Amino acid sequence: MAIGKPSHSSNPQPAMHSLVADWSADKQTFDVPWGKLMMWIFLLSDTFIFSIFLTGYMNVRMSTTDTWPNPSEVFALEIAGTHLPLILIAIMTFVLITSSGTMAMAVNFGYQGNKKRTVQFMLATALLGAAFVGMQAFEWTKLISEGVRPWGNPMGAAQFGSSFFMITGFHGLHVSIGVLYLAIVAIKVARGDYERSGYQIVEITGLYWHFVDLVWVFIFALFYLW
Amino acid sequence: MSTKHHQAGSHPPSPGEQQHPIGVYLKIWLLLFLLSTGSYLVDFFHLQGGLRWSLVLIFMALKAGLIISIFMHLGWERLSLKCLVILPPIAILVLIVFMASEGRYTSDSRDNHFTAYPQQEYHP
Repeated sequence: MAIGKPSHSSNPQPAMHSLVADWSADKQTFDVPWGKLMMWIFLLSDTFIFSIFLTGYMNVRMSTTDTWPNPSEVFALEIAGTHLPLILIAIMTFVLITSSGTMAMAVNFGYQGNKKRTVQFMLATALLGAAFVGMQAFEWTKLISEGVRPWGNPMGAAQFGSSFFMITGFHGLHVSIGVLYLAIVAIKVARGDYERSGYQIVEITGLYWHFVDLVWVFIFALFYLW
Repeated sequence: MSTKHHQAGSHPPSPGEQQHPIGVYLKIWLLLFLLSTGSYLVDFFHLQGGLRWSLVLIFMALKAGLIISIFMHLGWERLSLKCLVILPPIAILVLIVFMASEGRYTSDSRDNHFTAYPQQEYHP
């Protein structure tokens, strides 16, 4: 990728040489802390789960003979007398992106050794995540009261409800678990548990959180805007 | 992007540690906001057809790329880790192609055999 040279100076050789060296030498292949590597492998498996959900959604949407409900109208809200299409989903998107930004700040302050700022930004991230889950609960309540069910809805194709509850439910579960994970790690950072072992854990927690945001990017584009 | 990012008072970097200037994150943050606004406006102005799909997919790909490469630091990782993360999901593209083809086939079958059009009603 054209982002720049690696920021730690241990590997001056070209990327392809490093790939060959990593796999051929009699040593560990991945030159990263094991916790970070395990998180990446977990996220890779999660990528497959969400991809299968979204591919299943694509398949049922393509094959149904009923009209698909228009997400722009289904998720519209009246705010101060104005009819705004998809506004709640847009706000949720901005909240999640903001939380990704605060998470990146937390990782940065962690590596600077600034414990107080790290904890503050992690808790801010968790709060924004909780706000996201709250808005999602509101959205679910609104749709359920309008008669949307996993097996049918008054607006059109029955598959709309099953895809919606499955995909956003699984994503919301990830956000909820992320909020807990962030809160636990933030408390442990505040207690000073990582003073000696370093702040790698903040970056690993951040990887999970950014992944949750990443999945939402795909759900937003493929489910809500399609 | 070099080792000079390490600010005063920080401990020496350990392998795999990712530290970059805060300005990088703020710029990406701003870009993600702009791209999300762009996707929302696509819906707000009711763009349709090819323009809608291409804009939605381009904004999606740009946002995903920025999050993965900058926020998740994958752009700064070694090629081994990049391959670990990027190569396996290619299999998903194969699944998408197969499922799209299957979806179209199912849709055609339903249209041809299971949909009762008034003018085609069967009168024995």
